[in-house]
Amino acid sequence: MRLDKTELALVGLAVVLMLAGTLAAPGWLIFLITVALAKALVVQGVVMQMKAGLVSFGQGLFYCVGGYAVGMGGQFLGLNAGLVLLALGVIAAVVLAMVLGLLLTRYREIFFAMLSLAFSMILYGVLVKSQELGSTDGFNVKAWTLLGRTIEGGEQATHTVFILTVLTAATVAFILHRFYRSAMGMTCEAIRENEVRVEFLGLSPRWINYANYVAAAAVSALGGGLTALATGHVDPDMAYWTTSGEFVFIALLGGTGSVFAPFLAAIVFALVRTYAIEFLPNAWQMILGFTLLGIVVFLPKGLWSLFTRRAVAPVPSSSPTNARTGGVRA
Amino acid sequence: MLSFLAVLIDGTIYASWLFLVAAGLTVIYGVMRILNMAHGSFYAIGAYAAASAIGWYFADGTGSAGVSFLILIGAALVAGLVVGTLVERGLLRFMYGRDETLMVIITYALLLILEDAMKIVFGVNPYFAYQPYTALGRSTIAGLKVSNYDLVLIGIAVAVGLALWGWLERTNLGKILRAVIHDREVARAMGVNVRRMFTLTFLIGTTLGALAGALTAPSISVVPGIGVEVIVLAFAVVVVGGMGSIEGAAVGALLLGLSRAAAVHFAPQFELFVIYGVMSLVLAIRPQGLFGRTLVRKI
Repeated sequence: MRLDKTELALVGLAVVLMLAGTLAAPGWLIFLITVALAKALVVQGVVMQMKAGLVSFGQGLFYCVGGYAVGMGGQFLGLNAGLVLLALGVIAAVVLAMVLGLLLTRYREIFFAMLSLAFSMILYGVLVKSQELGSTDGFNVKAWTLLGRTIEGGEQATHTVFILTVLTAATVAFILHRFYRSAMGMTCEAIRENEVRVEFLGLSPRWINYANYVAAAAVSALGGGLTALATGHVDPDMAYWTTSGEFVFIALLGGTGSVFAPFLAAIVFALVRTYAIEFLPNAWQMILGFTLLGIVVFLPKGLWSLFTRRAVAPVPSSSPTNARTGGVRA
Repeated sequence: MLSFLAVLIDGTIYASWLFLVAAGLTVIYGVMRILNMAHGSFYAIGAYAAASAIGWYFADGTGSAGVSFLILIGAALVAGLVVGTLVERGLLRFMYGRDETLMVIITYALLLILEDAMKIVFGVNPYFAYQPYTALGRSTIAGLKVSNYDLVLIGIAVAVGLALWGWLERTNLGKILRAVIHDREVARAMGVNVRRMFTLTFLIGTTLGALAGALTAPSISVVPGIGVEVIVLAFAVVVVGGMGSIEGAAVGALLLGLSRAAAVHFAPQFELFVIYGVMSLVLAIRPQGLFGRTLVRKI
């Protein structure tokens, strides 16, 4: 298997992160990065759909499903193997997405955004009203095991979840990187550019969107499950629409330029938020709002474009043949 | 029978509230093609302005219900016009012509900004403006006690709906607006100042939002976050009725209001679920909403 530059960087970064995290970093920072990476997986789900031109304002649905599957698996099914719990969340999300996708893939643009938001609010409404699941308070995740070892609280647990999250995130990013360059991944971008033309080429945008939606749900559920394991708690706010809004925010902050972008953006977001809440508790949303406006206006391709701008700039402006045939987008 | 009547009354009251909240959203979307995520914030600003004004009017413990109504409406007008102008002149006019989805994100940023701006201006403690609500007392309809304030709310919702409809369908300005709704470019070619129409529409929309908040303020405690809760309900109404349609918003509000009231009386655990459930059902059958126009795809 030949690895390209991004993939090598991915492997290297994961190794460095795990070493630095377990050996040197303070506990609170490890925890912050763990949760940020887990949330970044949900953001990867948002980005997957953004690449196909769809903005999901309801990705919190699968985040919540993944999290609650981990919590409920321990509570009601007596499962305690961490990997099984994560898998349970992914399966639940995939099944749910396969049903909802049938309806959602008929919609585009704001209708898609609103309908996905409505679905996640339905789950929120159900969870808030279910007493046995702790209503608005949610409930705690039971003690779990990883490959036979029981994960107790304290530093050992923090480190274990951290390594599990880094490994999962790196694996998912690796697969996504390959997916984006596969025929289907490329078609997703083509759908964003012009759906009708894709249809005329004999492909079905609807089914490609469907597959993409289901895959995005699986990735997001993984993020939700890891968050539940890391924080040890789940509550209905995971499905509230502002949570989904946060994921859209992080997706735009990073941009869709690279699989690294959501991770970078999620960590920047978590750090900024931690300090902003510390120093300006009543103004941090306002800071986020202005940042979002700034990104939309000045950095429409996200933070990641700061790194790639130089590579894109030298494309000759005077190449009419290339332009007329559509060319290859960098 | 009694519970059926209760559902009908509660449903109508809730529907009038939903309509008031959603009217501004649908007007803005209809004309400007902007799905205004910050609409809930205008609602909250209206509520805060009204609660402050009412608190100030009743500061010495006395006052009349009639005057307090004028104060509610006045506060809403001032708040909606001032903040609406600031937002439209200061931000939105630079964003016109961008992609609809991007406008959702821009107004989402606006929502984040306004939420905290309200915390800074009004603080985080709850505001109360119960005086107009209690001053009007209650009446009994077929054995059910109903607050008179809620009945007035129904009247106001009907009046707002009729005024909007009459304005759009029966006046020159309304006709021009409908031309903009129908085809922005052709309207511009015919000499319509589309941008001025946008400014006007946005101000009307924000003022309607603020009015909804001001009229709600007496029956709730005004706290941070009320706008965020309201916006998704308003979306549901507008999407069910068909985006940009006044009649649609009215029908959507009635449908959702009655469904929710029925759920509250017969199956309270489905209270929140039912609104989005009905919305999903309507969209599954009629993707463009009950009164929406189908769009032709352009290559």
